[in-house]
Amino acid sequence: MSSQPVLDVQKLKTYFYLEQELVAKAVDDVSFSVYPGETVAIVGESGSGKSITALSIMQLINKPGRIVEGSIHVKDKNLLNLKPKQMTAIRGNHIGMIFQEPMTALNPVFTIGNQITEMIRKHKKVSKQIAQLKAIELLRIVGIPRPEQIIKEYPHQLSGGMRQRVMIAMAISCEPELIIADEPTTALDVTIQAQILDLLLEMQQRYNMALLLITHDLGVVYEYTDKVIVMYGGQIVEQAPTKQLLSLTKHPYTKGLLSSLPKMDEDVERLGTIQGTVPAAYNFPVGCRFSTRCPFVMEKCKQTNPELLQNDTDHFVRCHLYEEGGESQ
Amino acid sequence: MYQYIIRRVLQFIPMLLALSIIVFGLAKAAPGDPFSGKILDPEVGMEIYEKQRAELGLDKPIPVQYLRWAEKIVQGSFGESITYKGRSVESLIKERFLNTVYLGLFALFITLLVAIPIGIYSARRPYSLLDYGSTTFGFFGLAVPNFFFGLVVIYLFSIKLGWFPAQGTLSSNKLTGFAEFKDRIHHMILPGLTLGLASTASYMRYMRSEVMDVLGSDYIRTAKAKGMSNNNVLYKHTLRNALIPVITLLGMELGPLLGGAIITEQVFNFPGIGTLFIGSVINRDYPVVMAITLLLGVAILVGNLLADILYSVVDPRIRYD
Repeated sequence: MSSQPVLDVQKLKTYFYLEQELVAKAVDDVSFSVYPGETVAIVGESGSGKSITALSIMQLINKPGRIVEGSIHVKDKNLLNLKPKQMTAIRGNHIGMIFQEPMTALNPVFTIGNQITEMIRKHKKVSKQIAQLKAIELLRIVGIPRPEQIIKEYPHQLSGGMRQRVMIAMAISCEPELIIADEPTTALDVTIQAQILDLLLEMQQRYNMALLLITHDLGVVYEYTDKVIVMYGGQIVEQAPTKQLLSLTKHPYTKGLLSSLPKMDEDVERLGTIQGTVPAAYNFPVGCRFSTRCPFVMEKCKQTNPELLQNDTDHFVRCHLYEEGGESQ
Repeated sequence: MYQYIIRRVLQFIPMLLALSIIVFGLAKAAPGDPFSGKILDPEVGMEIYEKQRAELGLDKPIPVQYLRWAEKIVQGSFGESITYKGRSVESLIKERFLNTVYLGLFALFITLLVAIPIGIYSARRPYSLLDYGSTTFGFFGLAVPNFFFGLVVIYLFSIKLGWFPAQGTLSSNKLTGFAEFKDRIHHMILPGLTLGLASTASYMRYMRSEVMDVLGSDYIRTAKAKGMSNNNVLYKHTLRNALIPVITLLGMELGPLLGGAIITEQVFNFPGIGTLFIGSVINRDYPVVMAITLLLGVAILVGNLLADILYSVVDPRIRYD
């Protein structure tokens, strides 16, 4: 990997201050980096804090949420030190973002062309005509037929897959160094999902961008990513290069996720499940956050939350089992 | 679109027919006629009154009276007023119609001018001082009856402070040009405020909830993620969507604009349709009452059509074929 990361998140904490003095620690001490051209996945169940991590990077956290601590460096700038106005020059221009719901992510009352060009004009300061041409070219690149007509159409005239292509066209329009895709295929038909992911990867290579892919689909992780970050309860529980993580899985949570996947070469009666649900972010257990559901839970787990420790080259895991003196050592 | 409008206009015909029957029936169902309730001259024999009634056609069976009335309307005449001898109903209405329209438009102008900015502000800073203030004012505006608010502002601003005239539309017929315009506005401020009070309150609430709704939507998040400035997000992406239901309401406002002024006009003795209407009801001047009611009916029908058309103009998702 090249020297300087495009995105460097350190000790990020995003808390939501709820009523009655409840604090939801949606993202709690998360650190990771993304290098140029790299594809990094953040996986986890609903409520694990992966989307909030993404929105924190974009600084699109709404009240009562707040980034309490940490740093988010894009190139040399700490985004958390920027004024709101300076941040608008980062969003879209240096970081593009694609959301989960293409059906509602586009403004219904403006044309596709209007929504793409306003962004190009804002960041690249070009004339309307040039932005228009650029928008047509972008739509063609993301595989939309008759782009000259489509720019005059409204979002409701397009299908979900087409709208997600438009979102991708917008995200890449200013050729950002990093694209964050927050479950970009969850709302789409299975047949369209692969097309959209392939398109994302193609765009990533074409413009040499880094891609931060948030997903709960481990199949996607396996096929498309270089590095995986597994999140649980607002924290990273395991982090490793994709191949290593999938073959030498360490954390019980990751193992649980993997056992819940159907496999081609095995014939099992029932797929594995993880008992229970993610605890609410304002009500985490005292010790390890996974302790309430972990099949290997020990007395120690209920008392102290383990640290995220390096277990192998590039392989980090947060579990008492792998600490020095732990059973697996 | 044009086909749709034509179809809708054709639908007006049966509706107006039904409306005219109801209006006529109700007017006739009310006890008394133009001669009752008056102190009758003992020198004049009852047969004279009967003759008068017969001249006006009031002795005929009600369906016949209706047909005679309807026939005249189709020919473009609402007949003659009974109270104002020799004046046609049209001329009476025409003389006052514009006053009511101006008053309505002025009230609407004040409403939008106040409600939209305050609504936006409350939505952006919910639970702020101004938001609480506007909410309180909103409930006040909806709860206080027009006539009472009218009397209060007359007492305060007209009698006590003397800032605005308490009645009428003009202080002198000699005024012309800009001076006349200024004087008319001056006369309209109090009735305009009174008339607009309730709708200001409801538009404000509407605006607040719409803007809050839109601000929380996915496409606003997208606009922010694209790096659009706060102003762009608010005034382009948010406002354009939040105004859709409000603009639609504007069309619906046409009927109430004319009809709603009845009480307010009475309080301010404002020479509009409303005062004419009340006077005609008291004097059992059927032709005028029926014509005004029919007019309001048409205004509501046209207003609803206008609302639907406006809706398709401001929201590209709406198409009528």
